[in-house]
Amino acid sequence: MEQEPRIGVFICSCGTNIGGVVNVPEVTEYAKTIPHVIHADHNLYTCSEAGLTAIKESIKEHNLNRVVVASCTPRTHEPLFRAACREASLNPYLFEMANIREHVSWVHPHDPEKATRKAKDIVRMAVAKAALLEPQTEPEVEVKGSSLVIGAGVAGLTAALSMASQGFKVYLIEKEKELGGIARRLYKLYPTLADSSEVVGPLTKDVESHENIEVMTSASLKDISGYVGNFNAVLTGPEGDKEVDVGTVIVAAGSSNYTPPKGLYEYGVHDHVITQGELDEKLKKGEIGEPERIVMIQCVGARKGEIRPSALEAFPKSDTAELLRKILKARKEEGWPYCSRICCMNAIKNAILIKEKSPKTDVVVLFGDLRVYKEYEDFYRKARDLEVRFIRHIEEVRPEITRTPDGKLQVMAYDALAGLEVKFPADWVVLSTPLIPSKDEIMLGRMLKIPIATDGFLMEAHLKLRPVDTNVDGVFIAGTVSGPKDVSESIVSGEAAAARASILMGNGKVRTDAITAVVDEDLCIGCGLCEEICPYGAPRIEDGKSKIREILCRGCGSCAAECPKRAITMRHYGDNQLLAQVKALLVPQSHEGGLT
Amino acid sequence: MEKAVMVIGGGVAGMQASLDLANRGFKVYLVERNPSIGGRMAQLDKTFPTMDCSMCILAPKMIECSHHPNVQLLTYSEIKEVKGSVGNFKVKVLKKPRYVDEKKCTGCGICSENCPTEAPNEFDESIGVRKAIYMLFPQAVPRVAVIDKESCVECGLCDKVCPAGAVNRGQQPEEVELDVGAIVVATGFDMFDPSGIPQYGYGRFKNVITAMELERLLCASGPTGGHLIRPSEGKIPRHLAFIQCVGSRDRRDWINHPYCSSICCKYAVKDAVLIKEHKTDSRVTIFYIDMRAFGRGFQEFVNRAKSEFGIEFIRSNPGEISEDPKTNNLAISFEDPITRTVQNISFDLVVLCPALVPSKGMPELAKTLGMELDNYGFVKSQDSVRKPLDTTVPGIFCCGYCLGPKTGDIPDSITQGSATAARVSEVLAEEGAS
Repeated sequence: MEQEPRIGVFICSCGTNIGGVVNVPEVTEYAKTIPHVIHADHNLYTCSEAGLTAIKESIKEHNLNRVVVASCTPRTHEPLFRAACREASLNPYLFEMANIREHVSWVHPHDPEKATRKAKDIVRMAVAKAALLEPQTEPEVEVKGSSLVIGAGVAGLTAALSMASQGFKVYLIEKEKELGGIARRLYKLYPTLADSSEVVGPLTKDVESHENIEVMTSASLKDISGYVGNFNAVLTGPEGDKEVDVGTVIVAAGSSNYTPPKGLYEYGVHDHVITQGELDEKLKKGEIGEPERIVMIQCVGARKGEIRPSALEAFPKSDTAELLRKILKARKEEGWPYCSRICCMNAIKNAILIKEKSPKTDVVVLFGDLRVYKEYEDFYRKARDLEVRFIRHIEEVRPEITRTPDGKLQVMAYDALAGLEVKFPADWVVLSTPLIPSKDEIMLGRMLKIPIATDGFLMEAHLKLRPVDTNVDGVFIAGTVSGPKDVSESIVSGEAAAARASILMGNGKVRTDAITAVVDEDLCIGCGLCEEICPYGAPRIEDGKSKIREILCRGCGSCAAECPKRAITMRHYGDNQLLAQVKALLVPQSHEGGLT
Repeated sequence: MEKAVMVIGGGVAGMQASLDLANRGFKVYLVERNPSIGGRMAQLDKTFPTMDCSMCILAPKMIECSHHPNVQLLTYSEIKEVKGSVGNFKVKVLKKPRYVDEKKCTGCGICSENCPTEAPNEFDESIGVRKAIYMLFPQAVPRVAVIDKESCVECGLCDKVCPAGAVNRGQQPEEVELDVGAIVVATGFDMFDPSGIPQYGYGRFKNVITAMELERLLCASGPTGGHLIRPSEGKIPRHLAFIQCVGSRDRRDWINHPYCSSICCKYAVKDAVLIKEHKTDSRVTIFYIDMRAFGRGFQEFVNRAKSEFGIEFIRSNPGEISEDPKTNNLAISFEDPITRTVQNISFDLVVLCPALVPSKGMPELAKTLGMELDNYGFVKSQDSVRKPLDTTVPGIFCCGYCLGPKTGDIPDSITQGSATAARVSEVLAEEGAS
C-alpha cells in the first residue's frame, strides 16, 4: 500500500480486568510515541457501543488507515472490531489486535509495573505489524440449497424434516436398515412413559413421505470433499455408490452404549446381569416377569477418574483405528470420566415400569448422586411413591457382586445414609452404563476434520456459544455425537443444527476468511511438499506449479512453513509482517520501552 | 421471506433466536422489558466450565443484535395485547418512557456523573448504588440513559448538562402495533427470595448472601471491582460455604418449588473455584444433597475442584444458620453424614443458591398470549418430548429458562434459541405455502 500508514491505537481497560493491573493511561501515552501512530485513546470497554463508536469516529476524524485494539483475545472479539472498521469504510484486514489481558493482566496480576512494560511491548509489536498490513478481500462462494444428514436417529430425522419443510433438498443416510437410531430400540420414554414408537414412528413416516428428502438406509459416507456451500459426498449403500453435491452437512451419527468388560459385576458371566439398555429390550418383550427383586447399579463405567488426554495425544496424526484403540483402552481401564446425563432417569423409568406391572417386585437403585435434573424430580418422587428403594452408596466404595449361601446373585453395598453394609439377593442385576462415542462418529469426525474433544465426542465450535456448529464451516452436529442427550434434547439439537444450516442455504452465498496461502509461481519448483502436508487438500500441483484452492485453505500456514523455496506466503501473516513484530520487540529503536 | 417475527426477552436465548431468524431473512422485533438487552448472562462473572468471562463472550452478540439490519430492538418495552393467530399476529407493544430521547442520547454518561440522586443498583443485586439517571451497565445495548422517576428529584441538572439535549422529562409512554407471523417467548427466570426460609437468616445476617450477589462481588466490573468482601465490614472472607437447593427440591407449601433448578450445583462449583483462584488460602465448603454435575465437561470440572482446588463437599442439607453478633460470623448447623451427628462449623461468608423461579411477569404475559403454564408457573410445552419448544398456542414458541429447568445452562439456552428459529421458519414456510 503506497499510502503512509496512519495508525489509531485503542487501549481497553476491560473494566478492571486490564486496568486493575496495567497502567492503561501510561500505555496510551506511550502508544502515541510509536512511529505511524496518529491517534491513541483508551476506553473502559472498547467492545461496548461507546468503544466501537469511538473507533469509527476516529477513523473518519484522523483519516486513519490502520487500527490496533489492545484488549483481549481475537478469538472472541476480532470479528467485532473488524466489523467496526468495515462500517467506517476501512478494509477489515487493516486491523490488528494486541492481547494485553490473557497475555498480560491475567497472568501477571501481582506485578503491575512489569505488566505495564509488557503491555507496551505488545502494543509496539502490534503497531509494527499493522504498518505493513494490506487490505484483503474475502472470497464469496455460492451455497447449494441441499444438505446431507448423516444418521437417522431422532436428531437426524428432526434436522432432515426441518430443512425439507423449509424447502431444501435433503439426503439422509442411515447405516442401519431401519430409521430411528437408538430411540427405536427403546421401550418407553421418560417422563411421559409414551411408547418410543409414538415419537419415532411419526417422525420416520414424515421423513419417508417428504418429497424433499431422499433416504438411503444401510448406507454410509465413503468420501467427502469440497467446502462450505459445495461439498461433494460419495455415499455407499447396497445399491452401490452415489455422488451428491450439497451445501451443508449435519452429523447426527449418534453414539454407542458402553458394554461393560466381561466379568465386571459378573457381566457376561451370569446371564441375569444385564445393562439398562438390555433391560429395556426385555421389558418390551415382557421377559422380566414378576421377580422377587431387581437391583440397579448406577454409573457403571461412567464418572470414573480424571480425563486422560494422553489417550488423544496422537490425534490428528495417528490413524483412526489406532486412535480408537487408545481411547477405548484408556476407558476400559478407568471407565469414562463424564456423567452420561440420562442414566438416572432411565433407571427410574424402568423401575416405575417394573413396579407398575409387578408391585410386589422389590426394586433397589444403588447410586452415588441421583441426577434427576429439570422437572424430573416429580418422576423420581413417583418412583418413591411406588416404593422403589433408592439407596445412596458411598461414592468411592463401589457395590460388589457376591452369592447367597444357596448360590443366588447378591449385591453388596455400603449404604451411606444408614452407615451399614447392605446385602440384596437379586434375581436380576441391572447395570446403568453411559453413552460413549461410537466408532462411526470418530471416523466421521476425522473424515470431516471435526476435532474430537478429550471426552471422545465430537467437539463443538465453542462450548458455550456455538453448541451445534463445528470449526468446519458448513458442517454441524446434532444429537449424541457431541455427548449424551435424551430424546427431547436430541430433537432440540436437531432443530438447532437445521436452523444454522438453513441460514447458509437460505442466503445462497457465504463469505469465507481471506487469510489463505499465496504461491509465488516464479519461486515454486513444483516439488509437491505443500500438497502432501496440507490437512485440507488445498494445494494441487498443476503444470509444475502449486495452485492453492483458496476456498479449501484454512490459513494454517503448514505449507508456507514447509515450502523449501519460500514460495508460499500467508495473507495477513507475511514474513515481513511477522519479522517486523519480532524486530519491534527485540529492537525497540528510538522510542522508550524496554525489553521484558 | 417478508414475514416478521417477535422475540420477547433479550437474554442469551432470545438474542440467539433473533440473530438466527434475522440471518435467515426475517424481520425481527426484539422486545426487552429492561433498559438494555443482555439478560442474566450479563450479570455473571465467569461461565462454567471453561471460565470464559461472561460479558466478554456475550457483548459481541449484543452488539450484533443492535447492528443487524433485520433486528429492531424495542427495549424498556412490554407486551400489552396480542390478537390474531399463527401467520397473522397483531401485537401492541408499550414503550415505557425513558425520559431520554433514544435518537439523541450518545451514552456519554455526563448526566449520570452530575445527577445528585442515588438509588440501589438492581443490576448489582442492589449491593451498590446507581444514579437516578443511569445506564444499566457499561456495555448496555442500546447505549441510552434512562431516568428512574421514582428516585428522580426533578432537579433538572441532567437536562442542563446533556451536550446532546437528549433529556426529555415530559416523554410519554408510546404504543406501537406490529404485525408478526410468529412469536418467540424467551423471558428467562427470577430467583427465589431466600428470606422465605427464615432459618438461613437471609436479610437478617449481613454475611449471608445469594449466589447472584456473589457473582456481582466477584465480577471485575461489579460494585467492589471484583474484590470479594464481607458485607458486614468489608474484610476478605477466608472460610466460605455454599448451600445448595435453597428453595429448590422443596415441597413445603409456602415454598413449593419441588423441581431441581438444574444449574446451581454447576455454578456453585465454578464460584468455589473462582474464589480459590482469587485467594488461594481460602477454604470453601459446599453443602449439597446430590451433586448434579451433568452436561459436557462438568463431572471432570467437579473432579478438578476436589483434587486440584481442594474444595470440600459435604452431603448435607443444613438446618439452620446462626450469627455471632460480635464477629458477624455464621455457624452452620448440619447433620454430618459420616458420623451421623449434628455439627456446627463457623464461616465468614455463606452463599445461598436459590431456586430459579418463573419471572414475575409470566402469568400476565401468558394471559396476554393465551398460552398455558405448567404446575410451577413456567411455560407449558405442547409435548415435552416431541415438541418441547412449541407452546400450547400454534405459532408461539419458547426457549430458555422460561420453559423451566428444561434448560440446563447457556449452551442449552442457545441450542433452544436456534431451534425455535428453525421451528418458526418451518411453520411460516408452511403458512406461506398454504
